[in-house]
Amino acid sequence: MATLQSQDIVRRSATTFTPPAARHQIKVAKLIDVSKCIGCKACQAACLEWNNLREDVGVNVGQYQNPHDLTANSWTLMRFTEWVNPETDNLEWLIRKDGCMHCEDPGCLKACPSPGAIVQYSNGIVDFVSENCIGCGYCIKGCPFNIPRISKADSKAYKCTLCVDRVSVGQAPACAKSCPTQAIVFGTKEAMLEHAAGRVTDLKSRGYKNAGIYDPPGVGGTHVMYVLHHADKPQIYASLPNNPAISPIVGLWKGTVKYAGMAALGLMAVFGFMHHVVAGPNEVTEEDEENAKKLKDAAE
Amino acid sequence: MNMQLSRRAFLGRTGAGIAGTALGALGFGEVESAYAQAVRPFKLARTTETRNTCTYCSVACGIIMYSMGDGSKNAKSAVIHIEGDPDHPVNRGTLCPKGAALLDYVHSETRLKYPMYRKPGSDKFERVTWDFALDRIAQLMKADRDANFIEKNNDGQTVNRWTTTGFLAASATTNETAFATYKVVRSAGMVVFDNQARV
Amino acid sequence: MTNGWNDIKNTDLVVIMGGNAAEAHPCGFKWVTEAKAHRGAKLVVVDPRFTRSAAVADYYAPIRQGTDIAFLMGVINYCIQNEKVQWDYVKAFTNASYIVKEGFEYSDGLFTGYDESRRDYNRSTWDYEFGADGFAVVDETLQNPRCVWNLLKKHVATYTPEMVERICGTPKDKFVAVAKMIAETSAKDKVMTSMYALGWTQHSKGSQNIRGMAMLQLILGNIGVRGGGMNALRGHSNIQGLTDIGLMSNLIPGYLTLPTEREADINAYMSTRGFRPQRPGQMSFWQNYKKFFVSFQKSMWGAAATKDNDFAYDYLPKLDVPAYDVLRAFDLMHQGKMNGYFCQGFNPLLSFPNKRKLTAALSKLKFLVVFDPLETETARFWENHGEFNDVNPASIQTEVFQLPTTCFAEDEGSLTNSSRWIQWHWPAAEPPGEAKTDIWIMAQLHLKLKAMYRKDGGKFPDPIVNLHWPYRLPNDPQPEEIARELNGYVVENVPDPNDATKLVLERGKQIPTFGVLRDDGSTACGCWIYAGIYTEAGNMMARRGTADPGDTGAYSQWAFSWPANRRILYNRASADINGKPWDESRKLIWWNGTNWGGFDIPDIAPTAKPQDVGPFIMNPEGVSRLFTRGMMRDGPFPVHYEPFESPIANPIAPKVRGNPVARVFRGDMEQFGDSKEFPYAATSYRLTEHFHFWTKHVWVNAVLQPEFFVEISEELAKEKKIASGGWVRVWSKRGSVKAKAVVTKRIRPLVCDGKTVHIVGIPIHWGFTGAAKKGFGANMLTPFVGDANIETPEYKAFLVDVEPIAGAQV
Repeated sequence: MATLQSQDIVRRSATTFTPPAARHQIKVAKLIDVSKCIGCKACQAACLEWNNLREDVGVNVGQYQNPHDLTANSWTLMRFTEWVNPETDNLEWLIRKDGCMHCEDPGCLKACPSPGAIVQYSNGIVDFVSENCIGCGYCIKGCPFNIPRISKADSKAYKCTLCVDRVSVGQAPACAKSCPTQAIVFGTKEAMLEHAAGRVTDLKSRGYKNAGIYDPPGVGGTHVMYVLHHADKPQIYASLPNNPAISPIVGLWKGTVKYAGMAALGLMAVFGFMHHVVAGPNEVTEEDEENAKKLKDAAE
Repeated sequence: MNMQLSRRAFLGRTGAGIAGTALGALGFGEVESAYAQAVRPFKLARTTETRNTCTYCSVACGIIMYSMGDGSKNAKSAVIHIEGDPDHPVNRGTLCPKGAALLDYVHSETRLKYPMYRKPGSDKFERVTWDFALDRIAQLMKADRDANFIEKNNDGQTVNRWTTTGFLAASATTNETAFATYKVVRSAGMVVFDNQARV
Repeated sequence: MTNGWNDIKNTDLVVIMGGNAAEAHPCGFKWVTEAKAHRGAKLVVVDPRFTRSAAVADYYAPIRQGTDIAFLMGVINYCIQNEKVQWDYVKAFTNASYIVKEGFEYSDGLFTGYDESRRDYNRSTWDYEFGADGFAVVDETLQNPRCVWNLLKKHVATYTPEMVERICGTPKDKFVAVAKMIAETSAKDKVMTSMYALGWTQHSKGSQNIRGMAMLQLILGNIGVRGGGMNALRGHSNIQGLTDIGLMSNLIPGYLTLPTEREADINAYMSTRGFRPQRPGQMSFWQNYKKFFVSFQKSMWGAAATKDNDFAYDYLPKLDVPAYDVLRAFDLMHQGKMNGYFCQGFNPLLSFPNKRKLTAALSKLKFLVVFDPLETETARFWENHGEFNDVNPASIQTEVFQLPTTCFAEDEGSLTNSSRWIQWHWPAAEPPGEAKTDIWIMAQLHLKLKAMYRKDGGKFPDPIVNLHWPYRLPNDPQPEEIARELNGYVVENVPDPNDATKLVLERGKQIPTFGVLRDDGSTACGCWIYAGIYTEAGNMMARRGTADPGDTGAYSQWAFSWPANRRILYNRASADINGKPWDESRKLIWWNGTNWGGFDIPDIAPTAKPQDVGPFIMNPEGVSRLFTRGMMRDGPFPVHYEPFESPIANPIAPKVRGNPVARVFRGDMEQFGDSKEFPYAATSYRLTEHFHFWTKHVWVNAVLQPEFFVEISEELAKEKKIASGGWVRVWSKRGSVKAKAVVTKRIRPLVCDGKTVHIVGIPIHWGFTGAAKKGFGANMLTPFVGDANIETPEYKAFLVDVEPIAGAQV
């Protein structure tokens, strides 16, 4: 039986009170060293096997990436980019393992309107609790990395759990364990930062002067971090956001629900608003963001 | 994504959620026992572990096969998970995308289960018994060997070879299988004998 | 591998050429990343494609497929010209100083003695001068113009950086950059490892590709040392074991060879084996050949192998040709000269070249037997699968048996990996349905044959009815019983010559090592190099000790490594002529004044003086060979030959097509295309998501790489108006396939001899059975010709044409 229980939870979605978090677990992190990744997809295979998930067999669309995007079953995906370094004119094959970043300040959790459908444990793992999920997809909107996907089978949102079932019995996530070249490492966040620093030193000695760690402050840091050879350009790694941050809409939603819940007033108005901004268009436009900011400012 | 459905679900269920939130914020305790189940139970807790070697390449990674069934009389065992052996000096627990998916080899839909036989000119396989298959194969072997075995060459030298039936040996079978195969094939005088190392 | 997977962590420079370790052996490749992380090692990749290995390399240089010898000879030339030679090693441990016979010459791509009509050489001049004492003549000053070193120097002088660029298409600056990195490892404290695989073997001159690198490694002093070596990554999980146990036409377990029909008795047989030393005091280990051979015969035929019948010498078949390899087998089948064929866990219809010829060949068989855990295309070669297998079942008269076998999960026994580690494994599940082990099937076939020959008689029943079958349950031999046979055991008591009351060897006991084997019939041993796997101390293959003294990566208490649990071959060469390690930080074994000791089992006797006995104990010279006498059919030094299908003529020998001594069967030469008709240089290869033709049956792997594709450059795509993800047709002189196109920057056109050469990459993993999308095999296209020495087919270099096509297929 899992050992992560309510007192391990530090945050839960659509809940205004702060869980007691009586237990303090050591913060964990997974480090993905893109410079060591050979794109073998062992992590994808291990993830599917460990979580007892399978995909439909797809087709080739002119690339190595299969499936072609994250899905409700494929919680991790190797994304391949052929990039010619303008400084050296050499081809670099940038292969980034994509998946949930387990943000310290999780946008999905903040966006989630269903109480307890998304929780964060004191070790930093952000987990989806499917029983509580209503399949609204707000978590996707709230995620600065575009990670969660809704399952066609049960209309609930799914993503990487950081193998919380393994971590809670002292095992590394399945992807990290399988990785043949130690491109994925798992441990305490502190140990991972130290390991990453060593890797950055090595890369700099090999001429990658902009090598660095990706642990973006805009989301409070992440429990899945990258070592990048070109940390000054995260964007070249299959559009890894340069400065990810939670959309202001999400901040507004959290403020409003608290207010609305307490007063039990204007409930439907809030729904109407949220329905429009969040569940409406698939893409959040700049205009939406701007309006949301204004509304938020007004509400506060 | 079924957005219609999810929006309806959202509208239908969120009210209760918000109420719950309000209760929580107002200081009422919540029943949070659900979270005890939120984490999927560790699926290998009481499985049986068996050490093996990955069947694919010649790195020969150590693997651990996890089976359900504890050996009790009425529980039939089955492999439910395969993972790298952390003690193995070469792979140290890691596996490649083939090794990490070994379970699907074991349970592949195209695993062969029964001896099959295809008659000359037929467009299908038919299931046969082991006795039928082995008797028939042995008879075909003997008939061909007796008809075509070369005891002496044109110069009268003893050569004792059989060239009209050949044997292509495997590449992932054990050394013990290899030696048993060697003994049977060579003792019959077969020289058309090769294995995957050639290609 | 001369070394092992873990040992790669000890290197300074990894050269991946003729292989793609990250793609095909990811978990072994781990030790490259360890060397990089902990030793600051560099990784160089030389390949026609920017591979997954190249993705994490420090330096990548492109090369046209089939031109590796030009590149390697170019590097040797660079090292000689720039004095980057480990001289103490070369002088002490190679045949650089040996004098070659007068008469041996090389010109215009050919050595002395070529006979075009036979496509073969008279190799009599390819040898050393031998003195009156019977030993090879040497000139340790290396002044004699006929010494190996001076001949080599002259031989490689052709391969200048300019010539390398002309042949290989590798830009000169990139070639020189790689040569420079390699040359630095000539220092005594610098080491390079070579990791290669089928990228070198699958050519009509594959053996010479490998020799080229072996020679380079010797010149740099990188053989026998930690972090060095020639490391064949190898393919399947027990490809090493099957070769060790001699499941090949011409082999007897332990690299002994089957007699030829010219060798009428055991004396004639032994006269060309059991080599005497060619230099004084050398071990020339094959002097023990007869002990291994007689012990093998005892293991096969037990009491029926006696001194009086030459230990059942006539029970062995005698060969009339060098080997009945797979290409010869299918050619014979194609000619209608074979009636029966067994495929044990093997899928030749996808594995061998020229599928059309293979289908025609199989259709002429009377019977085909396939043992496999999975469906195979071979077992269903007669079944129509539309364009993927367009046959008419009614016209195929072959009887086919498909026998279900266990897979690894249900099987017990040992496998030998490329580090020569023999590891035991245990079953975890019951076989599905009625699947049986291969051992069980072989036992039934043998017992049925034996019973029929006993009852009805027939042609030469003796070797069948007398086969030693000592198993407790004759129809169900257990893996442990066979492992004990492979190890060897004592047949007759051998008394101590000094004390008649004592025994040296006691009947019925397992032998401890091949050192005790005898040629008088008192010992039996299935495979001499496997002696030690199952001794009186038990199953040594099942050992799981993880201690690694000195952090060498040897793990000598983990399983068992042949021979004699030695982890690095030629380890004597890790120390200088006086037995002092070349590099203290990488010491392996050393001489303490009275004996050898260290982290590994020494090659040579523990008390053999370092100055007296050379490290290359299997060679009668005691040293390694830069010049290989007449042992290889295509020359004592490697020469660049173009593939049989090549986009350009050979710049160094324009008249020679392909390897001049490679065997070409009647009808196959006509099936080679030329560059006018087929302008693009194709190559076939594996992908990391798949393992040959097995994982298309594995759901997860089918998801990870679902559908057959070919890879082309953006330049070629533009020229031919091919869209990435669109359909193309690719065809050679032998067949045609349809595939998705992956247009990539990882393949670039090369300029060779002034001509732009486009490369087409063709992965091999699809067929018409399994969970993945149906697809064509690359062997629809590949040519039916093999390496001149070992007949590995030329899958890596051939010609095709390509065009975009509309729409999807079935």
